[in-house]
Amino acid sequence: MSFINYASREINCKIVYYGPGLCGKTTNLQFVYQKTAPDAKGKMISLATETERTLFFDFLPLSLGEIRGFKTRFHLYTVPGQVFYDASRKLILKGVDGVVFVADSQEERIDANIESLENLRINLKEQGYDLDKLPYIIQYNKRDLPGAMSVEELRNDLNPTNVPEFEACATTGEGVFETLKAVAKMILIDLKRGK
Amino acid sequence: MSNPTLVMYEEEFQEVNEVIGRLLKEANAKVIFLVDKNGQLISGVGETERFDTTSLASLTAGNIAATGGLAKLIGEKEFSILFHEGEKDNLHISIVGGRVILVVLFDNRSSLGLVRLRVKKSSEELALIFEKLLKKSEEREKRGSSDFPFAEITDDDIDNLFS
Repeated sequence: MSFINYASREINCKIVYYGPGLCGKTTNLQFVYQKTAPDAKGKMISLATETERTLFFDFLPLSLGEIRGFKTRFHLYTVPGQVFYDASRKLILKGVDGVVFVADSQEERIDANIESLENLRINLKEQGYDLDKLPYIIQYNKRDLPGAMSVEELRNDLNPTNVPEFEACATTGEGVFETLKAVAKMILIDLKRGK
Repeated sequence: MSNPTLVMYEEEFQEVNEVIGRLLKEANAKVIFLVDKNGQLISGVGETERFDTTSLASLTAGNIAATGGLAKLIGEKEFSILFHEGEKDNLHISIVGGRVILVVLFDNRSSLGLVRLRVKKSSEELALIFEKLLKKSEEREKRGSSDFPFAEITDDDIDNLFS
């Protein structure tokens, strides 16, 4: 649910990065944070455990500039990927405008990907959303690893509805901004249509 | 969709600021913020420049969401008031009209009792304003007019954001 403020001429939207544990959601945000000009970003907040696993969420506010005199802001959130943090994941999805599903390309993680994607669908439904109607894209992360499955195989398992998909390596930043731009664009187009 | 887009207009924005401005004085508070339940900052008065308001809004909403989850687990609808006590500064967080979060930061120049009392009165006024806003949005929706201020934006406009 976006927030339009006519008084301060701002539009705020919320993007959530979802995916199984250790798939690279936080790394995506960290790369965006590192590569964004200081005046366009706020502080990145990570509520993580001592071993740097996401406990509640990461948060990164970005301002992209103006469209027709309105400041356009995106709030990027990640969810904790580990299975047992499901109650927290549900909370983060509240008011979401667009979803990025970060899949781990390694063959041994395919079951975790599938489980997380099902979990996303269920949790969205509980909040009254339908994944097929939301701005939603998939990022196949960790393309650089030797155990990575082919994109065709991943698509078969994870993208039956053929939503936009991107290959990425979040540690080097490859595909990170392409993913973000694509989902941000989908959100704005959705808003334009008055959804 | 479960939640319609929250739209804030000039008129209501001023009304909201009047109410929280008055609350700031009456409760002897340092800062007051209004935050949407999804973590978007709606407005703030007082020494706002001393704080990272965007982060504050996001964490407050996360806090309310987490305690709301706890409430449900024990069979409560929600915990409508949270109080965090620090060495110098304290936070009084409350839910207004089921939709927005009112955050009052105060130190020892005020007291929890005073803040609670004043917040209660202001909350009623704020709830009325937000109810009015919601009705306004619904009426617009019924008329079929979009609240998006630039329904005529082009793909180029969007692309330019990323250049």
